[in-house]
Amino acid sequence: MLWDALTLQLGYNATLVAIGATLLGISAGVTGTFLFLRKRALVSDAISHATLPGVCIGFMLLVALGGDGRNLLGLLAGSAVSAWVGLLCMNWLTRHTRLAEDAAIGAVLSVFFGFGIVLLTVIQTMGVGRQAGLEGFLLGSTAGMLWTDALIIALGGAATLLLVMIIRRPMTMVAFDPEYAAAQGLPVHRVDLAMMGLVMAVTVVGLKIVGLILIVALLIIPPVTARFWSQRSERVVLLAGLAGGLAGYLGAALSASAPNLPTGPIIVLVSFGFFALSLLFAPVRGVLAAVLRHLRFQRRVHIRQGLLALAQGQKIYEPLTLRLLRRSGLVRADGVATETGKARAAKALRDEKRWEVVRSDQAHEATAALYDGLRDIETVLTRDQIAEVDRQIGGPQEVPA
Amino acid sequence: MSGEEFVPLSLTPLLIGTFAAIACALPGNFLVLRKQALIGDAISHVVLPGIVVAFILTGAISTWPMMLGAAGAAILAVIMIEAVRRLGQIEAGAAMGVVFTTMFAAGVLLLEQTDTSSVHLDVEHALYGNLESLIWLDATGWPSVLDPVALAGLPPELPRIALTLLGVSLFIWLFWRPLKISTFDEGFARTVGIRTGALGMALVITAAIAAVAAFDAVGSIIVIAMFICPPAAARMMTNRLETQIGWSVVFAILSAVTGYILAGYGPLWLGAADAVSAAGMIATMSGLILAGAAIWGPCRTRAGAPNTA
Repeated sequence: MLWDALTLQLGYNATLVAIGATLLGISAGVTGTFLFLRKRALVSDAISHATLPGVCIGFMLLVALGGDGRNLLGLLAGSAVSAWVGLLCMNWLTRHTRLAEDAAIGAVLSVFFGFGIVLLTVIQTMGVGRQAGLEGFLLGSTAGMLWTDALIIALGGAATLLLVMIIRRPMTMVAFDPEYAAAQGLPVHRVDLAMMGLVMAVTVVGLKIVGLILIVALLIIPPVTARFWSQRSERVVLLAGLAGGLAGYLGAALSASAPNLPTGPIIVLVSFGFFALSLLFAPVRGVLAAVLRHLRFQRRVHIRQGLLALAQGQKIYEPLTLRLLRRSGLVRADGVATETGKARAAKALRDEKRWEVVRSDQAHEATAALYDGLRDIETVLTRDQIAEVDRQIGGPQEVPA
Repeated sequence: MSGEEFVPLSLTPLLIGTFAAIACALPGNFLVLRKQALIGDAISHVVLPGIVVAFILTGAISTWPMMLGAAGAAILAVIMIEAVRRLGQIEAGAAMGVVFTTMFAAGVLLLEQTDTSSVHLDVEHALYGNLESLIWLDATGWPSVLDPVALAGLPPELPRIALTLLGVSLFIWLFWRPLKISTFDEGFARTVGIRTGALGMALVITAAIAAVAAFDAVGSIIVIAMFICPPAAARMMTNRLETQIGWSVVFAILSAVTGYILAGYGPLWLGAADAVSAAGMIATMSGLILAGAAIWGPCRTRAGAPNTA
């Protein structure tokens, strides 16, 4: 069943939804990356909630004009207008009043949503009977998706992607260093607005599939996931698109494979699955990598300190140090150094003395700053320099009688 | 409107709405000042999975398991946000976005998976509440307010939200000085020995309890308006915390009362037959109050202080 879903063999509607969700995931991931890098991820929350009054007003207008209230294009146009109004309100509140951005986001999202609910109840009492699909915009409803709906989503997603590609450079610059961007003559405020406009476009396009409350997840989770895997912004953008698209596709397929699996939440949960995997297993930034790094560091410190103790003939009491030394064949089970251990210990002690000379010499100030008790001196000084240091230390001295 | 109609139909929702608005506005003041306003957003979204899990475990809609479930979910969410933020070195807003959307999605999924058709628990209700349904059928008029038999039939939400309001006020009153100091100068608060971490967590938990208690009445999204709008509007009115809290309570009451009345009677005045959502109208009114404060408030700009010279 799941395999059928993954290979798009579960019928017309399931295929439409899968394709739409994939496209939506890609464009949401790509667009959301810039928002995330700009550290304004939750602005999308305000934008998405602010679409609700627009959907309702769009529906009312369509009905008043005698049309079918469920015309997706009309509803999406309405939602775009009200999201834009919400965005302007939020910008105005942060720029012209003392409110911080978080308060402005919260105020806009809840008030617009509340107003949307009022309009929704008005529509329910209008008694036109065709409002059944309207609540679907809250959490998405893919059951009755039409070919035209899918087409609108595909075209909207593609247009968004194209626009992102065109203005990705200014957006990246503003995201990383708005002051520098302003100094370069970029209209930072307008670039920000354009970024938000794109987010709004994605939100509007995604209303049908995941609904206005969960679209935020598609804008935030894939970029955060992608960020674990790369430090380069272009790659993060591509990976976010990939993660989003994959989550959309798998989520849609999963939800089609069994009853009572609503598409929107499943896509979000799949997306979170990718995030959790990345959080744990990503190289460099992942939790597992960090734990391994820490263990490696601990090992180096213990072995180094153990070798110094051996060289100076001190007894080692720390069990972890002993175990590590024994495992690398540097000491025997009774704690006496092996031949290799003796050689390594002598080397460690001499290196420590070399460092001491280097650190007391003003001429080596920059090098001395690199001393952390672990660094091999060969990695910071040339062979000639080490020879010079050794000359200062001198050979083994005669034991006084 | 006469007492015979007003008391059973409107008195209890009105009181519940007002109490909920005040109980949310009080901790909201500190959340807004600490730039943690969106914690309220996150909490209110995760209340849904908490309630659904409590329902699945107990199999019934009963008050205390649900309150516990929701409070547990709120605490879990705060811990997860902190974990994601620290482990993944992710900015707080994005960490919040990852956690609360996921938990909300899980809640919706659980709700769809379990059979809740027999009970009154659905997603729309969770999102925007049902203030109008909290009526007091045993009341016959104003005399019922003093009648113990009729009082026994009060909707349980009313004593619950009243108790919550009392608890929230008590918390703010007891911890007033540490809260105030740590809100404005966290470093200084630490040097004088206030445990700012624990205090911040306590504030979040208080907010969570207020959100859970208000959840029944107004749903998870409109709670955010109660958290943020009255304090934000009060912030534009004054530079003193005491005055700001006073204003926020005034705005909370104003938005709840006008919102409820406009929702219940506004459409009738306009000639329509049915009322609109009271919770939505309360949010709308608090938004209008905020807009008014943002346009005319004496301390609306960042420079702040009114020109007293």
